[in-house]
Amino acid sequence: MAEHEARRVGLFVTCLIDLIRPTVGFAAVKLLEGARCIVDVPLQSCCGQPAFNSGDRVTTREIAMAVIAAFEPFDYVVAPSGSCAGMLKVHYPELFLGDPNWQPRADAFAAKTYELVSFLVDVCGMKSVAARLAATATYHDSCSGLRELGVRAQPRALLRTVDGLKLTEMHDADVCCGFGGTFCVKYPDISNAIVAKKAANIAATGADLLLAGDLGCLMNMAGKLQREGRDIEVRHVAEVLAGMTQEPAIGRTTAAPASPPVPTGVRPSGNPSAKPPAAAR
Amino acid sequence: MTLPSHLATSPRFKENAKAALADPDLQNALAFVEVNFIARRREVAGRLPEFEALRDSARDIKNHTLANLDLYLEAYEERLTAQGGELHYAATADEARRIILDICRGLGAKTVTKGKSMIAEEIGLNDFLEGNGITPVETDLGEYIIQLRHEMPSHIIAPAVHLTKAQIESDFRRVHTHLPADRNLVEPTSLLAEARGVLREKFLDADVGITGANFLVAETGTSVIVTNEGNGDLTQTLPKAHIVLASIEKLVPTLEDLTQLLRVLARSATGQEMSVYTTLSTGPRRADDPDGPGEYHVVLLDNGRSSMLAGEFRDMLRCIRCGACMNHCPVYHAVGGHAYGWVYPGPMGAVLTPSLIGIDEAGNLPNASTFCGRCEEVCPVRIPLPRMMRSWREREFERHLSPATVRAGLAFWAFFAKRPRLYGFATSIAARVLHWAGAARGRFSYLPLASGWTRYRDFPAPQGATFQSRWKDRDIPPGVDRAP
Repeated sequence: MAEHEARRVGLFVTCLIDLIRPTVGFAAVKLLEGARCIVDVPLQSCCGQPAFNSGDRVTTREIAMAVIAAFEPFDYVVAPSGSCAGMLKVHYPELFLGDPNWQPRADAFAAKTYELVSFLVDVCGMKSVAARLAATATYHDSCSGLRELGVRAQPRALLRTVDGLKLTEMHDADVCCGFGGTFCVKYPDISNAIVAKKAANIAATGADLLLAGDLGCLMNMAGKLQREGRDIEVRHVAEVLAGMTQEPAIGRTTAAPASPPVPTGVRPSGNPSAKPPAAAR
Repeated sequence: MTLPSHLATSPRFKENAKAALADPDLQNALAFVEVNFIARRREVAGRLPEFEALRDSARDIKNHTLANLDLYLEAYEERLTAQGGELHYAATADEARRIILDICRGLGAKTVTKGKSMIAEEIGLNDFLEGNGITPVETDLGEYIIQLRHEMPSHIIAPAVHLTKAQIESDFRRVHTHLPADRNLVEPTSLLAEARGVLREKFLDADVGITGANFLVAETGTSVIVTNEGNGDLTQTLPKAHIVLASIEKLVPTLEDLTQLLRVLARSATGQEMSVYTTLSTGPRRADDPDGPGEYHVVLLDNGRSSMLAGEFRDMLRCIRCGACMNHCPVYHAVGGHAYGWVYPGPMGAVLTPSLIGIDEAGNLPNASTFCGRCEEVCPVRIPLPRMMRSWREREFERHLSPATVRAGLAFWAFFAKRPRLYGFATSIAARVLHWAGAARGRFSYLPLASGWTRYRDFPAPQGATFQSRWKDRDIPPGVDRAP
């Protein structure tokens, strides 16, 4: 039982999860609430990386100011993405260097910002999760989380506590998948060459499930694996840690082989997914 | 400035990359970089407990030198001239070429041997000498091979790394016609032996030897080269004159500083603890020396570097040209060095090339990076390469050099991103439309406006309503039971 007051966490959802895969956001909420955090989601758009990495500092700063202000009421800012968390934690302070008004605010914001899984382990002290999944998974280290934030051991430590999950390491797990934000559409041929190597390394493990902590990288790798016709499910690590693997994997319409066994009698066979998202109807 | 930048194909980076990706020989050859260089560095760095501390120290030594470069240049010149050497400052590539030509002409030189020098590539020295009736002979095996092929180096420490052994064998058979046609060149060592044999005569014939310098030591007026073939030593000791061609940032204050930098250089470059030869040259042959050149010249090239000193790309001047950044770069692994279109490839080239030939020519280079950060992770002098590539993108954006489609797309996105409420509204519509359109398969094989993506991969259909709209309604999220 924690003796301090519950941590008030502002969830930075990230624009990709918001738009493409809300399940990851809800998985993050579930994990954070399980770690006795009080979670809220202030109105937000994007961390500004597309502008930042395209050289548009003016726009980046405007977006950053809005994000910093929106999250000022919280004790912590947590993002289920190493890339976005790296932007908030490492690059926001760079944007306001020497600005007497904004530098202190950006520094304070950076100090309380974390990537989801490292926050759970390093700040909340989470040692295990109560999830179950019968699958063989391989984990890809996304670059920003790994190199800017030191996320490497934490996701593996928690994944090892998932009941029924076997972890197998791929060759060059820490090498870029070729996504790189706008890079993948600016230099599609090079990006493809890089992700093709990644897909081969993933397939060579024999795993039936690929996990990572960044949706951009996951979409890139999932898209390549699917184009190559490989039967490997791709999910955000938070989905597995939160036990939320009922939803179809990325780019799929049915939750396939790696989903947990359904107790007989609970659901009619042939209807593996619980129910479609209510709001989508 | 009359750099041979007109030879640069950097503006055609994308076409170069496409051709490189379709070249099976190149792809085979590149595997060497991706596998061997990385494994060797990891092994040798792992064996040295103080390696990370040495990197800090190397960075600090270079920073200190750059902060006091004027003083160290003066000290270096004083020592050098006291020992009978001659220092020539060259502000531009053109000046450097003329200085070298004048020295060669003064000695009536017909052939010059050359040790490996990236600065010689930067100033286009070989073509210039040849155009003026002097034959340059590259003596580093890799440089010799690419000279036979009239190519630029594809890697700063392994200039012919883009070639397979079979390609080199065929070049040797094409050029070395004086040797028996039925000779056996299957073993790599036989190629080396053949090059040695051919080069041996050239060493003896050369009037002038030109080398680069890995370091210049201010304390002693010394130039330092590291090689694995010993060709540099023959190049600089046998001819009548030795010309050292180096850029101003090669200076280090003392011999002790030199030893620290040497400890990170070979480990980062080839994964060796030391290169086979580390040669220090201090002035011309003295009266009681058994051998050595009669004249010792140092041509010190600026070529835009002193203006880098004052700006945001100063950290780049710490570079000790080990090549670790390109050895670890996924983009370099995919396309090799020639795609970058000028002298310096990989991440260090992506930062340095725009400084030397202009961002309008080299704009693709700092853009062609995923910002994976592996280069910075291994740089022995801790150059923040991704940050500086981003700085170039900022210069490009400010000068409106980025493509109009990119700017328009960015402006469209930014209009919404700066207005979270409107953004939420627009994305909730987009998410629903895309969900509906992709519901049958859960993904798209083709998406208009995203063909760069869908040419090679599928794109997942959104799950439906956005996270934020679900959260706002505190809707029951997909697959979560929020009841306690």
